[in-house]
Amino acid sequence: MSDAAYPAAAAAPPRSAAPRGRLLDGPAGLVPTRRLSGKRIMIYGGLLIFSAYYLLPLWVMVMTSLKGMPEIRMGNIFAPPVEITFEPWVKAWSSACTGLNCDGLSRGFWNSVAIVIPATILSIAVAAVNGYALVNWRFRGSEVFFTILIFGAFIPYQVMIYPIVIILREIGLMGSVWGLVLVHVVFGMPIITLLFRNYFSSLPPELFKAARVDGAGFWGIFLRVLVPMSLPIFTVAVILQVTGIWNDFLFGVIYTRPESYPMTVQLNNIVNSVQGVREYNVNMAATLLTGLVPLTIYFLSGKLFVRGIAAGAVKG
Amino acid sequence: MARSGPPIRLLQNWPAKLAAAPMILTALVVFIGCSLWTVVHSFTNSRLLPRLDFVGLAQYERLWSTPRWQVSIENLAIYGICALVLTLAIGFLLAVLLDQKIRFEDGFRTIILFPYALSFIVTGVVWQWILNPDFGLQHIVRGMGFSGFSFDPLNDPNLVILALLAAGIWQGAGLTTVIMLAGLRGIDEDVWKASRVDGIPAWKTYLFIILPMMKPVFATCVVLISAGIIKLYDLVVALTRGGPGIASEVPAKYVYDYMFGNQNLGQGFAASTMMLAAVLAIIIPFALFRMGRKRHV
Repeated sequence: MSDAAYPAAAAAPPRSAAPRGRLLDGPAGLVPTRRLSGKRIMIYGGLLIFSAYYLLPLWVMVMTSLKGMPEIRMGNIFAPPVEITFEPWVKAWSSACTGLNCDGLSRGFWNSVAIVIPATILSIAVAAVNGYALVNWRFRGSEVFFTILIFGAFIPYQVMIYPIVIILREIGLMGSVWGLVLVHVVFGMPIITLLFRNYFSSLPPELFKAARVDGAGFWGIFLRVLVPMSLPIFTVAVILQVTGIWNDFLFGVIYTRPESYPMTVQLNNIVNSVQGVREYNVNMAATLLTGLVPLTIYFLSGKLFVRGIAAGAVKG
Repeated sequence: MARSGPPIRLLQNWPAKLAAAPMILTALVVFIGCSLWTVVHSFTNSRLLPRLDFVGLAQYERLWSTPRWQVSIENLAIYGICALVLTLAIGFLLAVLLDQKIRFEDGFRTIILFPYALSFIVTGVVWQWILNPDFGLQHIVRGMGFSGFSFDPLNDPNLVILALLAAGIWQGAGLTTVIMLAGLRGIDEDVWKASRVDGIPAWKTYLFIILPMMKPVFATCVVLISAGIIKLYDLVVALTRGGPGIASEVPAKYVYDYMFGNQNLGQGFAASTMMLAAVLAIIIPFALFRMGRKRHV
């Protein structure tokens, strides 16, 4: 095994292959095309097996949502539909029943939109300013508060949910969409502040000093110098917050009333409602509809999504 | 900042302090204030409404003698250990596979990470369908001629954890893979050159040289995975609703049900304080480890 593996390893091209200006560093030119060795087959085989594990649920979801109930009862969940029907999608969107009402997921969808938009904008605005103050306008104790904030990200929400109910009740926001928005702003703050703090501290400090010499103040520097050059990090933050808030279940179920439940709560109520005949095709269509927004963002954003979660993870 | 500013120190740099007010409020009022509030109230006999009528450790005694809590803790321990080990193992294996200068690396990575973008509710509902005894996996294997085949984790108290694991790892292992891949890419090129010169096979290099070098990456992953495991709630609600019976209950669900369902706040507070204690037991050593490392560098 070891003898067989060694030549393969030796034949591998230098990792990262950064040209360092050294002319005598082995053969130049393109890497020769590798033949399909046993090692390669194992690598691709392993990756394909895992890909199947990851893709099959998605496949099953799509196929089930396009079948009629009689076909589901007779057939195989992996088989593609014999007769494609969009009926389940229509029903999931407009007339599926939760325990309370029968107007489908559309209500939850619009509730989620009404929650996600203000919560994303507010949480990013607040966190960006926090990060800016932490990097460029340090004051006594600013790092202490930041440390508490980061540690706070690890406190289980269950410890804080009840006192927050009391706070929201006191300020008159309990049960309203704005109460939930506030909760998302608070719990999104650690990670997004961290994101902006790291980004702003990576910018050259001369930029800030020059603007300061020119007489710009706290907000002037932020709005006219830093924000215009921070578009990538704002994009990352938007991706992170939209998917995170869209996927929330716990806060939605606690802090809103049934008529303003977000889509995830609505989905759970439709699928796990005990009454009536279970319509698996409608359930799967509803599931896909709920996953559609984050999935679209994920597939469109590609590397930025990875950058967002990695930024939070590695420094955390 | 110099001390020669305005006479009142609190007003120095005031726009920054004002701008950081949301952060200060969140840190002090929510993260510290609310947590302490809950810890304090866990020593009271609050039921429908929070009251400061202290009863010592009575809530904790009750908590630990409640079968449902015992099952929840046991489940969390089993799920936690399995999920942690499997996620780390799968994450590292996938990261190594992705690191072999393969074609379609971006494609494979996109596939492995996409469930992470989904809600746990979506994940739970999908796996509930795949594991459905009448139509799902069991039905299909039986249809292939193994009529005696039986795999119904959603209705078998002994196997239900497997369902949670299959779904939880499906959703979460992609993140670990991505972090580990970044870690592998950060390893110094010279390590590989040296191991190649010494004729050490690639798998041995990974196992005995690279793996020990990735300790900080593993520590980060362990903290992230553990924090996720302790919060485990949505997935259970969507996949099993704690069933069959109480076989898949978890602490976070116990907290929610006692606070908002059973109107027994004291129990909810005590249970959530236990969750906090568990998190602190993980976070504090990690923080000390990181601080120690910084001092050595």
